[in-house]
Amino acid sequence: MTVDISPTEVNFRADYDRRKLTTNIFMGVSFFATIFGLFFLGLLLYDVLKQGLPYLNWRFLTTFPSRNPADAGVLSALVGSIWLMLLIPFFAFPLGIGAAIFMEEYADRDEWYNRALEINISNLAGVPSIIYGLLGLELYVRILEPLTKGRTLLAGALTLSTLVLPVVIISSREAIRSVPQEIREAAYSVGATKWQSIWYHVLPMAFPGILTGTILALSRAIGETAPLITLGALTFIAFLPPWPVTTAVNEQGLVVIEKVSLGLGSFIQALQTPFTALPIQIFNWASRPQAEFHAVSAAAIIVLLLLLVAMNSVAILLRARFQQRK
Amino acid sequence: MTVSTDPNFAAYEAQRLRSRWVERIMKNLTRAFAYFSIIVTVGITLILIYESFSFFDRLAKEGISWTQLFTETEWTPLFNPPKFGIIVIIVGTLMTTVIAMIVALPIGLLSAVFLSEYAPPKVRAVLKPTLEILAGVPTVVYGFFALLVITPILQKIIPGGDEVVAGLNALSAGFVMGIMIIPLVASLSEDAIYAVPNLLREGAYAVGATKFETTVSVVIPSALSGIVSAFILAVSRAVGETMIVSLAAGQSPILNFNPLDSVMTITAFIVQVSLGDTPTDSLAFYTIFFAGFVLFVMTLILNILADWFVRRYRLIY
Repeated sequence: MTVDISPTEVNFRADYDRRKLTTNIFMGVSFFATIFGLFFLGLLLYDVLKQGLPYLNWRFLTTFPSRNPADAGVLSALVGSIWLMLLIPFFAFPLGIGAAIFMEEYADRDEWYNRALEINISNLAGVPSIIYGLLGLELYVRILEPLTKGRTLLAGALTLSTLVLPVVIISSREAIRSVPQEIREAAYSVGATKWQSIWYHVLPMAFPGILTGTILALSRAIGETAPLITLGALTFIAFLPPWPVTTAVNEQGLVVIEKVSLGLGSFIQALQTPFTALPIQIFNWASRPQAEFHAVSAAAIIVLLLLLVAMNSVAILLRARFQQRK
Repeated sequence: MTVSTDPNFAAYEAQRLRSRWVERIMKNLTRAFAYFSIIVTVGITLILIYESFSFFDRLAKEGISWTQLFTETEWTPLFNPPKFGIIVIIVGTLMTTVIAMIVALPIGLLSAVFLSEYAPPKVRAVLKPTLEILAGVPTVVYGFFALLVITPILQKIIPGGDEVVAGLNALSAGFVMGIMIIPLVASLSEDAIYAVPNLLREGAYAVGATKFETTVSVVIPSALSGIVSAFILAVSRAVGETMIVSLAAGQSPILNFNPLDSVMTITAFIVQVSLGDTPTDSLAFYTIFFAGFVLFVMTLILNILADWFVRRYRLIY
């Protein structure tokens, strides 16, 4: 049996194969586009590990930076980053979560000033980080100098807290919004005030989401370099904040603990010491001409990335734990 | 009227009063926290405007005409005599941004299409979070990568080697910046593509369109407002990016349009001055606030434009 195929049908068949091919090619191209970025991520990690691992040892973690690449250590930068990591939540989390509570639970969205507040926060999230550095330089370093004593840990922590505040607010709002309305209504029906419903019911339920968002914001803050440089954080620091212990360097160039100083006075003094942080140290070493310093910089990058991975793992673990309980 | 003498009632009343006070205090406290963000915005704006005025004031005092900003083709506020051709750092910023966009926009959009239209759910569940890692890497690490990995590679593959490709160049900084921005473009575009209802896709299939034809002529046009807004946000991100360009693009103070040569961006200039020991009341010190003001205005316009685009051209299904 023969089938008559009209000329247009033949055209359609031929055309169909071409169109099918286009679809498959397009799928291949878009797949390669997706793994394009990942290829460079792999290249980056490979290169950093190759250069940095030989320099990464206990001595590197426990000594101060040096003019000699072989002696250079990352201690003051690591301690500075850990201080920032502990101080930023202290400022940014209550402020950010409080603001999110107000905007989600209390604010009347029909009022123009509350809408302005929302637009303002989404705009703040888009301001380049270096602008926050200029804000910090003027506000926290110069105007609040009596409090912060200039380019110190406190000024750095305040600047970075301001930087991550919009991110904390936005992610906390999303977490609070995802709590079903019935929970609030149930609380009201047994006579709870608005705040009681928020404090005893909404916040505990939103907690895993808030926690994940805030820890991600914190890990962004720890990786920030530009605002700290603008602030004038130093690149060469060979001492540690005098809390919880005071330290000194012995003849072998090793850092030893002098005495325990847990007082409030030494804590405030610690807040007012000049500081450096891992990203600044990485920047400083990478921008030097000697190749040995580039390897040292790669080693510091490994330390920074490990710190970030640790923080993100904590966020994931905590979230899993709280979700199980629910 | 009789007043209840029941002690339980009195305790209840006391507690009720206390709850009301707590309510009032917390409402106002959280309100104050929320309005702190307004203070931040106003603070940034006032500081940048005030210090820019100080900059122009200084400029006048040192007998430099402000028209130099537009006529000069060198940007050397730290030298003597200083020159203030702001076009130099604006061109530098635009050049690294354009290079980054050439990388990030097509690749980001294609990734978004692949993840939402083609990838099987299992592949998507692996690829998407992995792609997000790219956005979580600190920018200083990308700077290291651009300077010490990509630039040497470029010097190998581009004919002419390091005679043509400078050790600090706009291409490698822009390229790496593009890679950094891929996840931003991908995830925002994917949100927009994901919001396109399946009915439209099925309608296209019903009239015989292939998957490619559906994607290109139905899905992407329907998601266009979101995609364009993602692109604008990507530009804004590239304009404000600091560490990659300060490490890898250099600090050339001369007007330059060659991407294989060193350029200075606005952000790299601010970093350069901040790292030096510039006295806090010198002209050069105020220059960083003026540069910051220009940067702030540029990113603000872009962010508002992105927001406007999404609102104005959003198709509501």
